[in-house]
Amino acid sequence: MSRVSNQAARVLGMLRTMHVIREFEEAAGRAWHAGHVRGSVHQYVGQEAIAVGVCANLRPTDYISSNHRGHGHSIAKGADPVGMMKELFGRADGTCGGKGGSMHIADFSIGMLGANGVVADGATIAVGAAQAIKILRQDRVAVTFFGDGAINRGPLMESFNWAKIYNLPVLFVCEHNGYAATTRTADVTAGEGFVARARSFGIDGESVDGNDLLAVDAAAERLIARIRAGGGPAYLFATTYRHHPHNTRDTGNYRTQDEIDRWKQKDPIARTTAWLLSQGVAQEEITSIENEARALIERAFEAALVAPLPSPSAAYTDVQDVGAPQ
Amino acid sequence: MITEMTYAEAARLALEQEMERDPRVWALGEDLGPEGGLAGQYRGLQEKFGPDRVVDTPISESMIMAAAVGAAVAGTRPVAELRFADFALCAADELVNQAAKIRYMFNGQSRVPLVTRQAVGMRGGTAAQHSQSTEAWWVHIPGLVVVTPATPADNHGLLKAAIRCDDPVVYLEHKGLWGMKGPVDPDAGPIPLGKADLVRRGDDLTLVTWSGMRVECAKAAEMLAREGIAVDLIDLRTLWPWDREKVFESVSRTGRLLIAQEAVRVGGFGAEVAAEVGEALWSKLRAPIRRLGAPRTPVPFSLPLEEACRVSPEQIVAAAVEMTKGKT
Ligand SMILES: Cc1ncc(C[n+]2csc(CCOP(=O)(O)OP(=O)(O)O)c2C)c(N)n1
Ligand SMILES: [Mg+2]
Repeated sequence: MSRVSNQAARVLGMLRTMHVIREFEEAAGRAWHAGHVRGSVHQYVGQEAIAVGVCANLRPTDYISSNHRGHGHSIAKGADPVGMMKELFGRADGTCGGKGGSMHIADFSIGMLGANGVVADGATIAVGAAQAIKILRQDRVAVTFFGDGAINRGPLMESFNWAKIYNLPVLFVCEHNGYAATTRTADVTAGEGFVARARSFGIDGESVDGNDLLAVDAAAERLIARIRAGGGPAYLFATTYRHHPHNTRDTGNYRTQDEIDRWKQKDPIARTTAWLLSQGVAQEEITSIENEARALIERAFEAALVAPLPSPSAAYTDVQDVGAPQ
Repeated sequence: MITEMTYAEAARLALEQEMERDPRVWALGEDLGPEGGLAGQYRGLQEKFGPDRVVDTPISESMIMAAAVGAAVAGTRPVAELRFADFALCAADELVNQAAKIRYMFNGQSRVPLVTRQAVGMRGGTAAQHSQSTEAWWVHIPGLVVVTPATPADNHGLLKAAIRCDDPVVYLEHKGLWGMKGPVDPDAGPIPLGKADLVRRGDDLTLVTWSGMRVECAKAAEMLAREGIAVDLIDLRTLWPWDREKVFESVSRTGRLLIAQEAVRVGGFGAEVAAEVGEALWSKLRAPIRRLGAPRTPVPFSLPLEEACRVSPEQIVAAAVEMTKGKT
């Protein structure tokens, strides 16, 4: 390790997080299919470089908000995968006490303001958080992750306008994986899409290959620095692909195997690994972080399996301060 | 010829038949073509009728509803699929301030013959933003019709009626029922809106329900029969208008009214039924009217928490037993 550059050491750390996310997502999928997880699970496999490359440039006090495909964002921001796995299993000591589930993980202690079951709503909340940062004169930024399907919802357009007119410290990260559930977003999106829309509100940013961790990291570093310096909202448009179907209930039969295989060639973890090897990082070192990640998630899985379920009375807590639930 | 089919297939068939019958009928929503709807309730229809009549939309709920409103006042009969009822809230303005108001505000110059389909209810861990039962919200809005089918045959006949109705109809299918099988007569016509279904006859107590809760009520009625308590089980099927006549007739006979709903009990539709019956029939009541429903909490994810928010057949039985204690 001492022989490699600072940059390689940083990338190695990011690779570790990417592995944790991937192992988490594969384990979550297995757990769902085995009947341990209720509802459905939207896996982030293939998109890890975006969450990791962006969050590597954030501080614990910065905020993120996310969407239905949110596990990767939470882990990259620093959420504990064991607590998250327990949440998926509906356990009492899960991140949200078993009340939220896969689509509703939040960890306010690390600035993760919530995944979201409603497309585009996470983005609007991040803009509100950015407004609080401004009012409170804090040195923070807010980042929101959403998909290419979200850009056709009106509230997202309202959030662009809003962030710009109040010059708010927010980064809009659009993860363009080509699909909104079973629909090709190109078929339902007019004009030039996300970038043109953001620009039309006077919001600048960068477009990157979302499967290129170094490119995401570098772009995020520049954009977040600019936002911190008071430059107002920015966008990051990252092209990527999800390896799995939309969620664990989806068959995914609207995509060709050929298309999936072509994208797997551009797998962000494989690319990062290749780069690290080219920088003189030893294969054993890479293998060992991969094994560590796998072991961590295996432990999370085992812990989730035996963790206690919440007591039914917990259903009635935290509804509101005034007025009992009945 | 009576055929066994699922609740989802029955609705698919009804829409197909209505689209064949009336070229003004069309459908719009997310993932209708490639996916065929959440439960296959649109499967094959885009292939059959083409992408102009089964329209795949962007994730633009307000515009889905608004396009239906505009197209309804301009000579078509749209079926706007909002998928989860929770996302229909993204289009509440278009439904409440536009669809429900246009006929009245403009002094009857136009009708708004749209149907908006919204899947309600819990389905195994779908959690707070994908499980809500919103029927009472829409019942409160003058101008809207609210329909809650609970069997395959009803999902066939009521969807036909909803599509032929000239008023805007909120059509709430229950996610937990999609796979339920039952007999459907494919040639059956529309089931009149506002007519309840007397599922089972008994003189001790009137049990009123709708939507997915019908299943729990049927189980409870069976259990009660074994204990010697005979219930009139009424599935309202349509919440606005609702079949007062059938409910009043029944309560006049039994003197006892128990209402069971999946939705939050506070401010729910059961309160409306209870109040109306109380006002009209107070002298005939032999026990206080009772309502069962969810506690006033969002729907939690984990199984034991979700169960705590669910009305069970056992709870229905317990309430009925208490109400009929020392029955004459
Ligand atoms: C307002 C709203 N409409 C519809 C849905 C159903 N839905 C969930 S995810 C999804 C597709 C989202 O696509 P995209 O934003 O590109 O994210 P991706 O799944 O590709 O990560 C849809 C239609 C929803 N959750 N919220
Ligand atoms: Mg997408």
